Amino acid sequence: MAMTITQRCLGCYACEQVCPNQAIEILAGIFTIIAELCQECIDDFSVPQCSAICPAEEAILDRHGYAVNPLGSLTGVPAEIRSRWMV
Amino acid sequence: MSLSHSGLRGERSLDHHPCFSEEAVHHYARMHLAVAPACNIQCHYCHRKYDCANESRPGVVSGLVTPEEALVRVSMAKARLPNLTVIGIAGPGDALANPARTFETCRRILAEFPDLMLCLSTNGLALPEHVDTIATLGIHHVTVTINAIDPEVGRHIYPWIYWKNRRIRSSEAAKILIDRQQEGIARLVTKKIWVKINSVLIPGVNDDHLPKVHTAIAGHGVFTHNIMPLISVPEHGTYYGLMGQREPTAHELTRVRSRCGLVKMMTHCRQCRSDAIGLLNDEILENDAGMSSCRSEQVNSSGGRVIPLIPVTGHVPPGISRPDRMVPRRIAIASHDGVHVNAHFGQASILTIFECFPDGGIRQSAQWPVPRYCFGDADCGTEQAPLETIVTMLSGCEAILCERIGYGPWQRLEAAGIQPINTYAGWRILQAIADHIGKHGTSTPMGGLNHGILEPRLAVASGR
Ligand code: SF4
Ligand code: SF4
Ligand code: SF4
Repeated sequence: MAMTITQRCLGCYACEQVCPNQAIEILAGIFTIIAELCQECIDDFSVPQCSAICPAEEAILDRHGYAVNPLGSLTGVPAEIRSRWMV
Repeated sequence: MSLSHSGLRGERSLDHHPCFSEEAVHHYARMHLAVAPACNIQCHYCHRKYDCANESRPGVVSGLVTPEEALVRVSMAKARLPNLTVIGIAGPGDALANPARTFETCRRILAEFPDLMLCLSTNGLALPEHVDTIATLGIHHVTVTINAIDPEVGRHIYPWIYWKNRRIRSSEAAKILIDRQQEGIARLVTKKIWVKINSVLIPGVNDDHLPKVHTAIAGHGVFTHNIMPLISVPEHGTYYGLMGQREPTAHELTRVRSRCGLVKMMTHCRQCRSDAIGLLNDEILENDAGMSSCRSEQVNSSGGRVIPLIPVTGHVPPGISRPDRMVPRRIAIASHDGVHVNAHFGQASILTIFECFPDGGIRQSAQWPVPRYCFGDADCGTEQAPLETIVTMLSGCEAILCERIGYGPWQRLEAAGIQPINTYAGWRILQAIADHIGKHGTSTPMGGLNHGILEPRLAVASGR
């Protein structure tokens, strides 16, 4: 029961600032969520805070492995156009 | 200019601020510090991974510095630039979305250099609750980016905001942002803090609307208004860039500016990045903040002075201790931008050394300007003396990660016990190092490389 961060993460520290459980770990510039600490914000907020502030589509997955913010959901750029420009 | 600004702080402060005063551009230098990575809104002209030309800020991948590092930078820059008067905090995210980092930086700088003027740039969402801190710290200037005062216009510019622990979208988001901006600037003016408004001119979106924005902000008594043209190219990965939103023409810009005149219009803005340093007209740039090589060459060839490299201590990740006696592994990197492994060994103008500690800590320990030995294919590798210099410089390093490397230098380095590695071409430096270090252990999914499948990263057990 925990959220996870994917390789889409931009490293912007936003999730780290809002996580109520200090579950975001940053090692050598790489952001991960410590599963034992993440409570999916269930007791604290109505939505997981990391995925509510994260600016990167597909950067945060829920416990089932689905992107909370899929391609297109944050920027409005359709997935086909976005993926064409992904490096 | 508004009467409300003629008091306490006096005219001197603005005459010495290159962004506020056209005269000061020629005499006084300013420096921007990228200490604030997070943002609390999304603008359609911004993709935070990349340097944002519109908001004068570098991308999160280039040159984030800690408050401690920021102070070191200021001290070093001050020693070299006696006319350094202004320190700005403008990114890579929003200064006020990172209040702890931002204000800690301000406190440190003011404690050490009380004569420096500090300024902040913000989108305004978090502004009202920070006005008192801004006033108490004695921050002189605040720049607020305001592109709309009507939520129906704003919703085409801001897809969402993070507000009261939720992501809010559309006009509801724009309305909250606009209300907070207006409240924030009114309170700043009451506290006699100089306010500059930046607006991005987006043709077809807010061009007709900006004169109304101008009237509204003039009513609050801001000092100056800077209308900047949208910069929109697909390579920046922004909504506008990818969706083909066009930039305004020079004529359109002039026309909109001419419809505004209630407060002083700023026209000398260079839309410089937030890690820039120097005079606006005679740009001096430091090199370790992720500046691209072409930019550094432009500076060099135009005769501008380049500040020597300032070594920056990398982050030691929280939760990681670094006992002094641990011996680090040393890895050299050839990079043009300080972010990616993207320089040909023979063409790198800087080599950066990273120290990797057994507990996972990675630290940038040194940056050396190197003599070039390769001047094109014809004489590649023939300039022996510089190569030997480099080999000596790199002694103690187990590997050099570069984009490409010639056969001769490869052999010479290998013979000296320094393994050249070109398989990380294009990788982000820290990820390349982490991968290299962990090669024989578990490898971590790396950012930006595998776009096929989304792989959750496994947190390293931290014992916390
Ligand atoms: S879901 Fe909540 S507790 Fe878990 S990492 Fe995100 S912010 Fe932290
Ligand atoms: S908020 Fe998203 S992009 Fe920013 S560090 Fe967290 S996971 Fe990465
Ligand atoms: S406020 Fe600045 S950092 Fe945040 S999304 Fe807008 S341009 Fe980007």
